[in-house]
Amino acid sequence: MKKEWFTISVYAENNVGLLNRISGIFLKRHINIESLNVSKSEIENVSKFTIVVNTTEDWTRKIVQQIEKQIEVIKAFHHDDDEIIYQESALFKVASDLLFDERQIQNIIKDSNSQIVTVARDFFVLAKTGRRHEIDEMHEALLPYGIMQFVRSGRIAVSKAEMPISKLLNNFYQD
Amino acid sequence: METLKEKKKEAKNPATIRISGAEAIIHCLLAEGVDLLYGYPGGAIMPVYDELYKFQDKLTHILTRHEQGATHAAQGYARVTGKVGVAMATSGPGATNMVTGLADAQIDSTPMVCITGQVTRQLLGSDAFQETDIIGISTPVTKWNYQVTRAEEIPEILAKAFYIARSGRPGPVLVDITKNAQIDELDFSYEHCTGIRSYNPVPKPDASAIEAAAQMINAAKKPMIVFGQGVILGHAEDELKELIEKAGIPAAWTVLGLSALDSDHPMNVGMVGMHGNYAPNMLTNECDVLIAIGMRFDDRVTGSLDTYAKQAKVIHFEIDPAEINKNVIADIPVLGNSKETLSLLLPKIKKNNHGAWHDEFKKRYKIEYDAVIKDELYPTKEGMTMAEVINEINIASGHKAVIVSDVGQHQMIACRYSKFKQSKSNITSGGLGTMGFALPAAIGAKMGAMEREVVAIIGDGGYQMTIQELGTIFQNKTPVKIVVLNNDHLGMVRQWQELFFESRYASTVMSNPNFVKIAEGYDITAKKITERKDLKASVTEMLASKDAYFLEVEVEKEDNVFPMIPSGACVTEIRLK
Repeated sequence: MKKEWFTISVYAENNVGLLNRISGIFLKRHINIESLNVSKSEIENVSKFTIVVNTTEDWTRKIVQQIEKQIEVIKAFHHDDDEIIYQESALFKVASDLLFDERQIQNIIKDSNSQIVTVARDFFVLAKTGRRHEIDEMHEALLPYGIMQFVRSGRIAVSKAEMPISKLLNNFYQD
Repeated sequence: METLKEKKKEAKNPATIRISGAEAIIHCLLAEGVDLLYGYPGGAIMPVYDELYKFQDKLTHILTRHEQGATHAAQGYARVTGKVGVAMATSGPGATNMVTGLADAQIDSTPMVCITGQVTRQLLGSDAFQETDIIGISTPVTKWNYQVTRAEEIPEILAKAFYIARSGRPGPVLVDITKNAQIDELDFSYEHCTGIRSYNPVPKPDASAIEAAAQMINAAKKPMIVFGQGVILGHAEDELKELIEKAGIPAAWTVLGLSALDSDHPMNVGMVGMHGNYAPNMLTNECDVLIAIGMRFDDRVTGSLDTYAKQAKVIHFEIDPAEINKNVIADIPVLGNSKETLSLLLPKIKKNNHGAWHDEFKKRYKIEYDAVIKDELYPTKEGMTMAEVINEINIASGHKAVIVSDVGQHQMIACRYSKFKQSKSNITSGGLGTMGFALPAAIGAKMGAMEREVVAIIGDGGYQMTIQELGTIFQNKTPVKIVVLNNDHLGMVRQWQELFFESRYASTVMSNPNFVKIAEGYDITAKKITERKDLKASVTEMLASKDAYFLEVEVEKEDNVFPMIPSGACVTEIRLK
């Protein structure tokens, strides 16, 4: 079976140690986590893990079953790239003099649709949100001029289809 | 002082009592129906031991000689009673010594709660004396774990721990409790946990899946059942029996499914797997419908998955959704508790008699009997076989003993030849294959079922891994019967070396001490036999003993266990010699 990109969304109780438990499931199967993001979700006191893996659908399904089995996990889903809306963010720290000395820098800022977050005497910071390849393109464009620091976030995603967590939780309270 | 104490007990809420965390732990255990636990004291758990001392009339603490022994004893107790086993240890090495037992309980779905002491909250993360990250260490081998750092958390967390350990597919839970949480006071009241919103322990059976399964079973020409521990854990022994009798379906058990059905039931066709019986292994690849009940298609059962039961439709009765399609794709998965799903299935099953198909099993049993079983049970060579010892125990105990086996050749022989009449009578380390399991597990099993005969079958290798638990037997006068089948080798590894490593016996030859003297040092009646003529009388004498008894039997040194499916081979590549 061929490897593909899958985004795993995990709705879970916000408990210490759960991240360790979830990452252990990947470790045990020697599957690399390509990106990981933990945040609050649309439901109060429920956390959302967004995990990106590059593996077969069969493995992804088995991993999702194992994740869901964990006591504090409410529900886990996996989606391919067509089934979700997803973004990543990146920050670029660049020397300030380039802004004035290299005209091309301003074009890069404009073409990439990035934002200037701050400008200081010695450096300025650009923020870019978008698909991985867009961030990579911007990185490539800036690279010849020198990037003082670069960082990119994990993927965040929402699914096109419903993820009915509230309903699941309501069922629990009604039973 | 008395007034001070009274004041101490005066809680803010009248429905609660004001007590220390350590005392609260005892009250939680009592509320969960615990009357026996195993453990070993140490610095970080001392406040709890102090309370155990005060509550010793209500709660018996068994001091094992090693924390691993405490976990295996708790497992043995849990397996024989169906209740949650409890083990306790201090922080650091006390806690890490429990890891093997936790892993064993996790893979064999044994309900167990382990309580460990931890350094005081302020010292966490400072590499304090006997501090270890037992939560981090135990995460992959526990169903759930939690670190309590405040006394007020104790009742809720322990209630959750017991609920999680026993519900759904059971498993081990570790609760790590910092010393300050044991010493500090709380307003104590106890409420049993009845549900956790993120945890659905028993999936509701799907009526359409039951219907589809019934239709497939009714239409089957050559159906076969393979059942595992899920039948025992789900209390579905009667439903299983009714199913196989009504539908006339030959049924085979896995190692952990042993004793869920009478060994001599006419529909019982023996054990599947690497050292299982010839017929059910061979016919796995000839049946048209394979009905798996409460088993997880372990690699020791399936051999190569690429060639496993490819001709068959598979119906998988299972409580754990993560087991569905994990190893073998199920045409019809039936989720739920086995008792519930089988009860729903039974009225839809038509009476049937697959006589000709069953004859295929009988034919193959004959092949195995002639090639293997006859010589194992009734050997004509000089040296004793492990199987004839098991056979004597069967006869002398009337098939009623609880058999606790360790890991290795003797285990496979015990599983192959032990006869059972009663469920929960086979206790062994199946999934993890933990050498050293049997002696402490037998202690737990005996304490959980004092009215039953408990016989530990152990090899000379595994025996020495937890031999210190003879001290526990000595101190508590636990009347377990210990049989060491001594071949002066690590027999199973030696067998593999003979078959797959051209007989290079790397580190499998053992020079053994005088086991009889060791047992006698612990005041246990002990005997060693080397000749067949003494076997029957010795076994009878052992079983007649009201106290613990040690019997060492010198068996043939280089016997192999057959049949055998080589690791990773197809089930039909089973070798009879």
